[in-house]
Amino acid sequence: MRYALMTHHFEPAEGELSDETLAAGRQAFDVYAKALHRAGVLLSADILFPTGSTTTVSRRDGTPRVQDGPFAETKEALAGVFLIDVPDLDAAIGWADKCPVVEWGSVEIRPVATSFLDGAWTH
Amino acid sequence: MDALTAAAAAARDWHGRLLALLASGSGDIPAAEDALADAYEAAVRTWPERGVPGNPGGWLLTVARNRLRDRWRAAEVRRTVALDVERDAPAHLDDVDVDAVPDRRLELMLVCAHPAIDRAMHTPLILNTVLGFTAEQIGRAFSVPATTMATRLVRVKKRIRTTGIPFRIPDRDGLPPRMAAVLEAVYGAYVIDRTEALHLAGVLAALVPDDPEVHGLAALVQLSAARAGARTGVDGRFVPLGEQDPARWDRGLIARAHEHLRVAHGLGRLGRFQVEAAIQALHCSGAADARTLLDLHLILHALAPSLGGGVALAAVTAEAEGPAAGLALLDDLLAGAGEAGERFQPARATRAHLLDRLGRPAEATAEYDLAIALTRDDAEREHLRERRAVRRR
Repeated sequence: MRYALMTHHFEPAEGELSDETLAAGRQAFDVYAKALHRAGVLLSADILFPTGSTTTVSRRDGTPRVQDGPFAETKEALAGVFLIDVPDLDAAIGWADKCPVVEWGSVEIRPVATSFLDGAWTH
Repeated sequence: MDALTAAAAAARDWHGRLLALLASGSGDIPAAEDALADAYEAAVRTWPERGVPGNPGGWLLTVARNRLRDRWRAAEVRRTVALDVERDAPAHLDDVDVDAVPDRRLELMLVCAHPAIDRAMHTPLILNTVLGFTAEQIGRAFSVPATTMATRLVRVKKRIRTTGIPFRIPDRDGLPPRMAAVLEAVYGAYVIDRTEALHLAGVLAALVPDDPEVHGLAALVQLSAARAGARTGVDGRFVPLGEQDPARWDRGLIARAHEHLRVAHGLGRLGRFQVEAAIQALHCSGAADARTLLDLHLILHALAPSLGGGVALAAVTAEAEGPAAGLALLDDLLAGAGEAGERFQPARATRAHLLDRLGRPAEATAEYDLAIALTRDDAEREHLRERRAVRRR
């Protein structure tokens, strides 16, 4: 089964984290992604820029609208998405628990309902 | 036994085992339930005519499996799990030996008590899937309308399938915490149906013989069940523990409970259910001294602090060190428990008794009123009314 592991945490202010902390974080993510890769379960790993860089597009009220910032402000923001393919939820929980973000935020696990692969939707 | 009675008995005896087998391949409990319902229906239709098969469980399993297979073919559902020839191959009806088929009820119970499932649904799910209780029966026990319980059960079964919760026993390190949730859920079932919980605890002890807490739970429900009859007097009145007639306790059950406790002790890992069972065993021994009981309750409260355990600790403290000490401990506990403490019947009943013993009649009366309003058992409510009437003045 495919699962999205979505990391969420408070966004540090500009310059709030020291260079050493940032380097340690990058190192932890590197170890984690390589472990996922070695286990043969990683489909993709993406770390996002902070929410300040978000642009929101909507036509919900009829007219196209492009907005600076996220649709809804939340305390913890989506910060990264790891897409993995593992046999079941227990395996996904095991990988989520190894994600460095659990130390300072949380990881949401969502099963993938359908994927567009080789030109068609899976079911 | 006529054919229809046989069909009903087979459905009851085999439900959990068959459902566990049918659902474990795909993780789809609703589909397995539908197939099983079809098999029950086929049994009711054909057994009166053709006679009850020699192996009713095997008959039901084969019919339900064929129904599941038909459904998969018809829907052209792409199976995520490869066909397991050993498990899924069609078998001739007469050849099926259900005892040779693996028992997957433990896997099913682990799914029902999975950490990704709302805790409040663990016991209802086990009652529904393993024991075949209806949403209406479970709803009644949990004071929830049947339709609400049915909706919750449907939702949580869908969640089991879509999230991919596996029907698999975790490895050695992962198993103990998962077993703890299963034991809690089975213990929760005891409040609702004593006989079925006894049965479930026995099944668990057979499936996981090297877990001391499983034996502790089996001993606990056996010891509680052994005294269940003596809780009600000949006149239908509630009889508190101290006034029960030991001759009315079930000695056979008590002996079996002691055997479980011996096994648990030999496995060398103390846990909450073993201590609770030891407390019950002490009560059954007729040699329960207040000091030893207090020590056991202190261990229990340290191992697994809970509101119920705290109230029991306050009650034994009152026995060992006097009602004032018991009341002080109880009020401490209730101060930290908030609204849950207000609505907790054992807390109110214990507080009423302690106030009564301390010669504070006005407060005792008010507290008895609270306890009586919270008591669901008729005999116990009547007992509290009497205590209220004869309280010290």
